[in-house]
Amino acid sequence: MLRREAPSVVAVEPLGAYSLLRVERATLECGDPGQFFMLTPPGRTLPRAFSLCLAPPGELAFLVDPVGLGTRALVELQPGDRLPVLGPLGRGFRLDVPRPLLVGGGIGIAPLVYAAERLGRAPAILGFRTPEHAKAASLLQGAEVVIEPTYVTERLSPGRDVLACGPEPMLHAVACLAPSAQLAWEAPMACGYGACFGCAVEIRGRLRRLCVEGPVLTAADVVPAELEAA
Amino acid sequence: MPPLLNASGCLDALAAPDVARSLDAFVTKTVTPLPRDGNAPVRIAEIDCGMLNTIGLANPGLDDFVCDTLPRLLELGVPVWVSVGGFRAGDYAESCARLDDEGVEAIELNVSCPNVESPVEATEEIVAAARAATAKPLFTKLSPQLPDVAAVALAAARAGTDGLSLVNTLRGLALDPRTLAPVLSTATGGVSGPVLRPVALAAVHACYAATGLPIVGMGGVETGRHALDLIAAGASACALGTILFRDPDAPARVRAELARTAFRLGLEDPLAARGLAHREAEMPLPSETKIPAKVD
Repeated sequence: MLRREAPSVVAVEPLGAYSLLRVERATLECGDPGQFFMLTPPGRTLPRAFSLCLAPPGELAFLVDPVGLGTRALVELQPGDRLPVLGPLGRGFRLDVPRPLLVGGGIGIAPLVYAAERLGRAPAILGFRTPEHAKAASLLQGAEVVIEPTYVTERLSPGRDVLACGPEPMLHAVACLAPSAQLAWEAPMACGYGACFGCAVEIRGRLRRLCVEGPVLTAADVVPAELEAA
Repeated sequence: MPPLLNASGCLDALAAPDVARSLDAFVTKTVTPLPRDGNAPVRIAEIDCGMLNTIGLANPGLDDFVCDTLPRLLELGVPVWVSVGGFRAGDYAESCARLDDEGVEAIELNVSCPNVESPVEATEEIVAAARAATAKPLFTKLSPQLPDVAAVALAAARAGTDGLSLVNTLRGLALDPRTLAPVLSTATGGVSGPVLRPVALAAVHACYAATGLPIVGMGGVETGRHALDLIAAGASACALGTILFRDPDAPARVRAELARTAFRLGLEDPLAARGLAHREAEMPLPSETKIPAKVD
């Protein structure tokens, strides 16, 4: 059953290059880490997909990188403004893994913050483009932080159950290094609930809807077998 | 009340059954005889006042649809319209013949997808082929890009269509502001959303005047007011498209708004507004009439 509400904005807090958008939880569920919500920025035709970053009591918080018309409209929201929120949607991370390692890149650290909260304590490696972007690592206490030209994949330790989210090249690299990894993928998405077929990505060799099959996929879903073997 | 449907390709009833049940009929994504993966990503882009899509008729193919998808759709308890597409008249005839024995309420002939190659034959020939293959009600979905949509609607009427679905998307292009390259994998895609609204209204207006056929009006409907406009232009039913992407609760809301908006104009049933945009200039709406009209 889809749940859509228009809760009030609590605050928009700058966090380095990003902003943390906090809204009232209303009757919405938090869902599993890696699941996502569709937020409709004022004045835009389409909603935008965001995984939950934090679940403070009575609130939902999303990490926003203001790079386009929609995300800029979101960070300009004022406390008390109403924001349409649909979710939680999709399939999140499986948390029943013995040796979790959280691997995040840039804005992709968002679902890992909530995953860390739900897992209790888990080691994390977070990579960023610049020190300004890396300020968001403060959301995940104790995380190892690398900044380009160092990449998170240089720090992956073997024998870990990787939960990763980040840019596509990072996810492909992680998939090749950690075949059992769970990867939170991203694609342009108009609806988030299987209606538009816009978010198709190649999964197990065919174009499938990421919002239905994912956004969390396994490395085997996305890496062709021959590449993995190589 | 005029029936409220979804525009084909804007809802998956199996993924969101509650949304489908909030409609008077569910229209499937277009089915072609053979399975199609659809176009490569990127498939969607937001534009000012709307969006572009280039899904490219992704569907499981007729066999799989009839054997697997359709039985599950029919269990939902909402009337099902099947949208069929193809690349030649025979494709439409094949699909219509196969659906003729199934429990579907109507068949929509999608002859106007802007994201795949157009069918070889003219609309009239496709409708005639489909008509010969099924007794089901046929609604022909036309492009608003036709130089004379009313003429094609008339031709479809002559060939046996029972109604029209107006309109499909318009072809459009969006460029990435950083690279100035097309956003979509196929460069162009179908424009939908609010930007399509006046285009849809014009097509409905013209085709109602030309044919008088039942019309499912669609194109940028977001509120009851928008739906009422389409009905006044000549639609007998309305479909919701892009609005469903951001608001799956839209059907109930639009229905309530439509009733209220019509009532404020003195219309007990919004359907009483059908064709009012075509009336003589001196004919007032009920709400404009100070003294109730005398009935002899």
